Amino acid sequence: MKKIKNIYFDYQATTPVDPRVLKKMMPYFGEIYGNPHSRNHSFGWEAEEGVEVAREHVAKIINANPKEIIFTSGATESNNLALKGVSEFYGDKKNHIITCVTEHKCVLESCRHLAGKGFEITYLPVQSDGLINLDELKKSITDKTLIVSIMGVHNEIGVIQPLEEIGNICRSNNIFFHTDCAQAIGKIPLDVDKMNIDLMSISGHKIYAPKGVGALYIRRKPRVRISSMISGGGQERGMRSGTLSPALCVGLGEACNIYSNEMEKENKTLAKYKEMMLEGIRKSCPDVYLNGSEESRVPGNLNLSFAYVEGESLMMGIKDLAVSSGSACTSASLEPSYVLKALGVEEELAHTSLRIGFGRFTTENEVKYATDIIVKEVKRLRELSPLWEMAQEGVDISKIKWAHH
Amino acid sequence: MAYSKELLDHYENPKNVGSMDKESEQVGTGLVGAPACGDVMKLQIKVNNKGVIEDAKFKTFGCGSAIASSSLITEWVKGKNLDEAHSIKNTEIANHLALPPVKIHCSILAEDAIKAAIDDYKKKNRKNR
Repeated sequence: MKKIKNIYFDYQATTPVDPRVLKKMMPYFGEIYGNPHSRNHSFGWEAEEGVEVAREHVAKIINANPKEIIFTSGATESNNLALKGVSEFYGDKKNHIITCVTEHKCVLESCRHLAGKGFEITYLPVQSDGLINLDELKKSITDKTLIVSIMGVHNEIGVIQPLEEIGNICRSNNIFFHTDCAQAIGKIPLDVDKMNIDLMSISGHKIYAPKGVGALYIRRKPRVRISSMISGGGQERGMRSGTLSPALCVGLGEACNIYSNEMEKENKTLAKYKEMMLEGIRKSCPDVYLNGSEESRVPGNLNLSFAYVEGESLMMGIKDLAVSSGSACTSASLEPSYVLKALGVEEELAHTSLRIGFGRFTTENEVKYATDIIVKEVKRLRELSPLWEMAQEGVDISKIKWAHH
Repeated sequence: MAYSKELLDHYENPKNVGSMDKESEQVGTGLVGAPACGDVMKLQIKVNNKGVIEDAKFKTFGCGSAIASSSLITEWVKGKNLDEAHSIKNTEIANHLALPPVKIHCSILAEDAIKAAIDDYKKKNRKNR
């Protein structure tokens, strides 16, 4: 086995910029330097044209009108603007928000902020497959419910929420539906009309565009109003002031354009890689569990629990593979992931979890190599593990009285 | 976060991995930590009739620092008598491996594990006398 140095398997954290995207952006760092909001000379018009073409590309991939897209600094800003903007605008009429315990921190924190302003928040639980229960959603709706915010594809476990069903429920109850689609764009087909989506957050750097750019879709018919968070010159239809960066907007647009043409093909390749790795690992290692629904998930995400092997030690063993740990023991907090906890994954198993992400620039060779090293390290570390030894001896680990520290 | 050379060496080539017969009167076993907290250490010592630790083995479920801490302490206790082994401080392990602050608990666990193994050995042999 030839050693390969530093392979990237963390496409949910961020993606490299596609060279085709970068190529489209370059002129906007150089000769096209006008302010896209300058209305009275060709320098401005030229920059504006790049931005507007980009807006069309972003709109197209979700079947929206370009006028319904505003550019932001990223999905965190979009999520903040959607939730706080809608809440501020309509807050005197309705004050109840429904979201889900496994949402991204920026959604949960925005809700917490709004709770401090008097809003009531319902945090829906998830089932063991990571999906929300639609009946629970229906049950938690009241006549005060203003907005439902549920993400499309989960960043940590890759599961796909039933967006169309959620959209139907929201529309028939006259409730706005916001969805964080940072991880969903280019991974699953999205149609804001068919899915009755009113607001959608989009990120650049999860789809091979640069960091620092994103977008928010805001429905015009029936119209959704938001209060802006940034005061200024009234750019982006008054909803997001500040001069746009044409280069970044063009990058996001081109990234969407590429996905409009290549999503299906790319998903097929990623599905093949996922199967290769999953089968390769399962064939050689028993007691490896996939976290989140096996059916309703994107192919680029494998979140696995390697029972009896602590996640961080496994990451050290496979240090040439850039993956992410579900145990979160690498960060300052020693708590395992709140997402896995919400799925009901036991803490001891959550400590053994890794997220392996595939993407556009992953190669078959890398997948094979990674599978081999993971198998080798899991076996080595299990030989080191007292829990593995006990399990082989038939000792029920859950029956032992452990001294928690 | 960069780990020290000593730590990486103990993680990649851990010393004294294995198990001894926990029923043997010569063997003391310490099992500390909890799976839900992300680390469990099993440390065993084999004591000869002069009261000297002639062998030590470990198995650890935990991060690289936990594995390295247990590997190191098994090396240190070999050839020591029970009192000497009992007096090993976690700070000595932490310093030797240059553990970062968030990993200090791994060295504490290793100290607890050797103490538990010594206690187990003493308990067994008190009963039998």
